[in-house]
Amino acid sequence: MIKLEKRPQPSDLWSVATPIVAVLATMIFGGILFAFLGENPFEAIRTIFWDPLFSEFAFYYRPQLLVKGAPLVLIAIGLSLGFRAGIWNIGAEGQYIMGAIFGAAVGLAFYPLDSMIVFPLMILGGALGGWIWAMIPAILKVKFGTNEILVSLMLVYVAEQFLAAASLSFLKNPEGFGFPGSRNLQQYPAAHNAEIFAGSGMHWGVAFAFIAVIFAYVLLNRHMLGFQIRLTGEAPRAARFSGVKPARLILFCLGTSGALAGLAGLFEVAGPAGQITIDFNVGYGFTAIIVAFLGRLHPVGILLAGGLMALTYIGGEIAQSNLGLPAAAIQVFQGMLLFFLLAFDLLTNYRIRFAKREVA
Amino acid sequence: MSVLLSIKGLTKAYPGVVANDQVSFDIGEGEVHALLGENGAGKSTLVKMIYGLVKPDSGEMTLRGAPYAPPEPSAARADGIAMVFQHFSLFDALNVAENIALGMEDPPPMRDLARRIREVSETYGLPLDPARIVGDLSAGERQRVEIIRCLLQDPKLLIMDEPTSVLTPQEVQILFETLRKLSSEGTAILYISHKLEEIRALCDTATILRLGKNVGTCVPRETTAREMAEMMVGSALQSPERSGRALGEVALEIRGLSAASPSAFGTSLKDLSLSVRKGEILGIGGVAGNGQDELLAVLSGEIVTRGDAVALHGQPVGALGPAQRRALGLLTAPEERLGHAAAPDMSLTENAMLTGAAREGLVGNGFLRWGKAKDFAQRIIEAFDVRTPGPENAARSLSGGNLQKFVIGREVLQRPEVLVVNQPTWGVDAAAAAAIRQALLDLATGDTALVVISQDLDELMEIADNFAALNEGRLTPPRPTAGLTIDEIGLMMGGAHGMEVAHV
Repeated sequence: MIKLEKRPQPSDLWSVATPIVAVLATMIFGGILFAFLGENPFEAIRTIFWDPLFSEFAFYYRPQLLVKGAPLVLIAIGLSLGFRAGIWNIGAEGQYIMGAIFGAAVGLAFYPLDSMIVFPLMILGGALGGWIWAMIPAILKVKFGTNEILVSLMLVYVAEQFLAAASLSFLKNPEGFGFPGSRNLQQYPAAHNAEIFAGSGMHWGVAFAFIAVIFAYVLLNRHMLGFQIRLTGEAPRAARFSGVKPARLILFCLGTSGALAGLAGLFEVAGPAGQITIDFNVGYGFTAIIVAFLGRLHPVGILLAGGLMALTYIGGEIAQSNLGLPAAAIQVFQGMLLFFLLAFDLLTNYRIRFAKREVA
Repeated sequence: MSVLLSIKGLTKAYPGVVANDQVSFDIGEGEVHALLGENGAGKSTLVKMIYGLVKPDSGEMTLRGAPYAPPEPSAARADGIAMVFQHFSLFDALNVAENIALGMEDPPPMRDLARRIREVSETYGLPLDPARIVGDLSAGERQRVEIIRCLLQDPKLLIMDEPTSVLTPQEVQILFETLRKLSSEGTAILYISHKLEEIRALCDTATILRLGKNVGTCVPRETTAREMAEMMVGSALQSPERSGRALGEVALEIRGLSAASPSAFGTSLKDLSLSVRKGEILGIGGVAGNGQDELLAVLSGEIVTRGDAVALHGQPVGALGPAQRRALGLLTAPEERLGHAAAPDMSLTENAMLTGAAREGLVGNGFLRWGKAKDFAQRIIEAFDVRTPGPENAARSLSGGNLQKFVIGREVLQRPEVLVVNQPTWGVDAAAAAAIRQALLDLATGDTALVVISQDLDELMEIADNFAALNEGRLTPPRPTAGLTIDEIGLMMGGAHGMEVAHV
């Protein structure tokens, strides 16, 4: 009989090895899945993990990695702060949308003014939009004890309606021949989130993602607030005994994750997407939840996980177009990754023993 | 007296520790047999083997001459062995009869069961209404539910694990009458305890365990408590020293405080007043669940009240949170070590930060000084002889006694003006308990005011200057411990809570 035995100390080895083993297991079982679909598993795995980085067309795919990875990392960093403290913001997608709408609205309000101040104001607007949207579940939780999971999640659908309204009415391009969608910010230089180095994929959102990683690392490891976040997650009663004010923590964690998600939305709308459209959001806010856990809620881990997730996205697209794999198979593949990660995570705190059956 | 249960060479090893090593003894029919030993001596493992919860690695048992090796507790119960655990397994939201039915193999209809509960409870002097909700019962009444659950099976051997830790002295006397009656009817009792006077009053024979080995058997009535203690510990015991102290001005005062308990089955504090002077140790006794946790929370700042309800050096602090009170010198150590006083999965360094941040200067401008925190943790480990490889180890990797020394040491080393501790030596071995008591006495000598909340009356008599008792959220007026008799203490703790002596 297999028995799980709690380790006296979390294993350092396994907390590092878990993501690696999980990726390997995903490759093996993903390969089996692809084999059942009639593809050569080695080619499929190579297409997903190798081609985006090192194939002959990698010059095109590598910038895409940064473009896809940056919003994931930016949002996941914010989410991880709350998740560490047991505060579950599931509505980053909505905060991302609201950040994009607010930021784009600021930019469009100045159109066609050509000034250095427009883009920084848009950044503030984006952060504010996401922050406001996250403060709704935060304040409701603090004042009335509502469940932030439900409130933040439902606000995603409200934000999607705002997005549709924005593209159809108040942000609609007056010169757009009646088509839904705002002006294209890529054609408004003062508001365009252009690449910092042309052709690199490195736009301001990527820079902010790196800054967020460093900020979160310092906060969690060196600052009292970060210590309180970790303490609350580990032992809520001990946190209150230590003097943590739960309400303050809820407002901070939800507010920060909202602001970061809003920033991600702003950088996307002002850069790669270019305009507010009805189908502007593509699920970064939800995928970021996976990225946060894949990175073990650790800032550096999230950076790596964001890169890995972007890789499976782009590799998955290549596999779809080159090998004709169905999109659902790629999603199953990504789901496997999270599943194995959580499964192997058990080994950090438990060890497996094979023992003969003993009647309890 | 014929032998009921005979144990020969029972051995059980867990990874890293031999819990029982070649333990042998006999229990006779109708005998009250004490199993005596410190925490970690292997008493629990031994009775779990008798009750079928744990399988021995080697050794054998015979019950009335027949081989006995219960694969699971239901088999042990079928053979007439019943056990009352130290920690009750009752559902708060169900009534007494329902709880008892849940523990039976095939319970009779509820009406018959209620009648039998009444019969048994009257015969043995354990009054209990089968229709009452368990969540509303006192700890002593809950224990009665567990005992009656066992008696309904008509056991040949009743195992009782530390039964008196939740009882007042009067309730203890009544329990003993019940046990004596059972014994006279031929039921053997295996009585686990580390309270020597109780064992001397009740038991016919005592088997003493130390570090998993049977180190001796004695007849308690003919042995002094000190001799038994030294067999149990394996060395001469050192009593804490208390030096005469002059008491200073009032350091901590509570005036007319009422506070609702945050938990549904907790005890609210009712119009509670106390004052402690510099250099004084105020001992607060009482049966568990009479407002001890709430009193600590009110003092630590986890429950905030009217500002002037709690005063530190005359300054109102009732409305302040835990961090602010700590900064002013009011320090506390809660009962529950893991999850309340310490975060289980965090290192000792991080746990030193948990309460030491302000007073030990472990933060500057909001940034943490990990180097200083590690030094502080190291100082606690050295000063209180905490057995651990180092401050980077997780709190949960420490044994209960070692973690308790760390938690108490963490507060003591912060030079408190007022220190409040709840159950400072709960589950701690005798040597560690003596060290903790000595540290508390030394603090008092250094002019700190202390409030020690404890269920261990001997402990309070040993170190406290004044004694008060908590009973259903009310505090009695304090009385000097010198000259206080055990009967007076029992009455302060609420007497017998309506229990009556068994109708022998």
